Amino acid sequence: MGTAVLGAICGMLGSFAVLRKQSLLGDAISHAALPGIAIAFLITGVKDSNIFLLGALVSGLLGTFWIRSITKKTHLKSDTALGLTLSLFFGFGMLLLTFIQKQPNASQAGLDTYLFGQAATLLEKDVWLIAIVAGISLLILFIFWKEFKILLFDEDYTKTLGFNTRFIDVLITTFIVITIVLGLQTVGVILMSAMLLAPAAAARQWTNSLGIMVILAAIFGAFSGVVGTGISTVSGNLSTGPVIVLVAASIVLFSFIFSPNRGLLFREIRFRKNRNNIKMHKTLAFMYGIAKTHQNISHPHAIKILNGFQGFSKKSLQELVDLNYVKIDGQQWSMTQEGYQTAENLYDQQIKKSDE
Amino acid sequence: METNYAITVDDLTVAYNYKPVLWDIDLAIPEGVLMCIVGPNGAGKSTLIKSILGIIKPIAGTVSVFGKPYKKQRSLVAYVPQKGSVDWDFPTTALDVVMMGTYGSLGWIKRPGQKEKKASLEALEKVGMLPFKNRQISQLSGGQQQRIFLARALVQNASIYFMDEPFQGVDATTEKAIINILKELRKAGKTVVVVHHDLQTVPEYFDWVTFLNVKKIATGPVKDIFNDDNLTKTYGINYKVSVQE
Repeated sequence: MGTAVLGAICGMLGSFAVLRKQSLLGDAISHAALPGIAIAFLITGVKDSNIFLLGALVSGLLGTFWIRSITKKTHLKSDTALGLTLSLFFGFGMLLLTFIQKQPNASQAGLDTYLFGQAATLLEKDVWLIAIVAGISLLILFIFWKEFKILLFDEDYTKTLGFNTRFIDVLITTFIVITIVLGLQTVGVILMSAMLLAPAAAARQWTNSLGIMVILAAIFGAFSGVVGTGISTVSGNLSTGPVIVLVAASIVLFSFIFSPNRGLLFREIRFRKNRNNIKMHKTLAFMYGIAKTHQNISHPHAIKILNGFQGFSKKSLQELVDLNYVKIDGQQWSMTQEGYQTAENLYDQQIKKSDE
Repeated sequence: METNYAITVDDLTVAYNYKPVLWDIDLAIPEGVLMCIVGPNGAGKSTLIKSILGIIKPIAGTVSVFGKPYKKQRSLVAYVPQKGSVDWDFPTTALDVVMMGTYGSLGWIKRPGQKEKKASLEALEKVGMLPFKNRQISQLSGGQQQRIFLARALVQNASIYFMDEPFQGVDATTEKAIINILKELRKAGKTVVVVHHDLQTVPEYFDWVTFLNVKKIATGPVKDIFNDDNLTKTYGINYKVSVQE
């Protein structure tokens, strides 16, 4: 249940991250959250997920802030800034984690579940927290839908319309950070970003509308959450994060191949069909060139003479016969009236078709 | 009668890092002109427009629109960014993009309704893109995308239009269509400012011109100041252009 809701908000907010081309920001934030968790434990000495979340939130935001200021104040590009911050925070977090494990304190066990996530550690109050945050982000999303959309598409223009772009930006980023932090317990630091990106990337394949994309991403996210958690519980103590991410990745793979408009499979089919079509039409045009020289357009010619024409195949000839453009009589072909007329207007038709 | 100035720029200076991109620009654009800004690459043409519109924060200088600060007059100004500045694979339709032009007058939170939709459809019609209203924007040609951007600005129903290279990468037909719309805007008393690259067409398209190369070289009516002298000063080489009378 918790993972379903979590998957849903991840999908929704992930759509925005993907469209802003800030996919890796999620990765950096989640890694940056690790030292926060460790420090929260060191300070309080108790294992309370709420305190951990707070620590994660603080260090996650700190990481985001670092990335921003590195890109702004130095000549480094954002990928470099992301990489630097990510590894620095994660390295520091790992250091603290190993330090904690060497401590004689017994309650340290279980901190490392934050690396890969463990849905079983979710308590009812955690689920409630996730649900409340999901509700709030849904509400915010609904209220500021128009503002989010225009900012994502054209930030400069949004400014000239008089919107405070920084406010919208901070709003989106804050919710992305909060979502990531909430997901850490279930999916873990390392794979959290996939949870954000995979449903969104899959959803983008199926639609050209932002609204539908966000809804689909939420559904895909929820689905991966449920199925992933299911598999991980059924098959014993498998870490939840990797399983959820693998489920999400299968959805992405499926979408890349099978989605009707952007998918590889249908694109290939369309491409082949189109090419065959053009081949067939080119053959018709070639025949037209021959038939034109005769007074009687249906004068029969040997099929042999077509062999010299590149692009001619038995298949395309058969198609022409099926369309009733050409008649075959033994080794001879002749053009029908219909075929002649089609050939005459062929080029115009091709143009019209590509214009549709 | 005294000339009304649509835009007045005073002492505008912009720098990205150490080098100034714009230096001490003073510029007054009279109301109702169709003006182009010309200058070599890196002269700060786009930067000038962006800093007038508050997208880039200048180091110094003020901008006023009809005598008042720009911030209070935003609704009078529309902007057409460079086509390449956005991701055209964004999941949305042509009509949706044009509707974005109505967001400014709607303000926060409120959704566009029937009235906004009608205005957007009219703007699409004006640029000849009505048949493509439901087309995914990535499936539009470069010229069509440019027209969509123009329609989005038209729907704002502003008094001043800023356009950043609207003729970049469009074919001759689209160029003619766009310039006709711009001329119509001028006829309706609007002020239009265009970043332009093709010096050959300046006398044919525009009545006002600003030469820019970090500093302002000259500004005024095309027939008075569009000459070899100013072109040489702006582009640094001995420039000869045949001005058709």
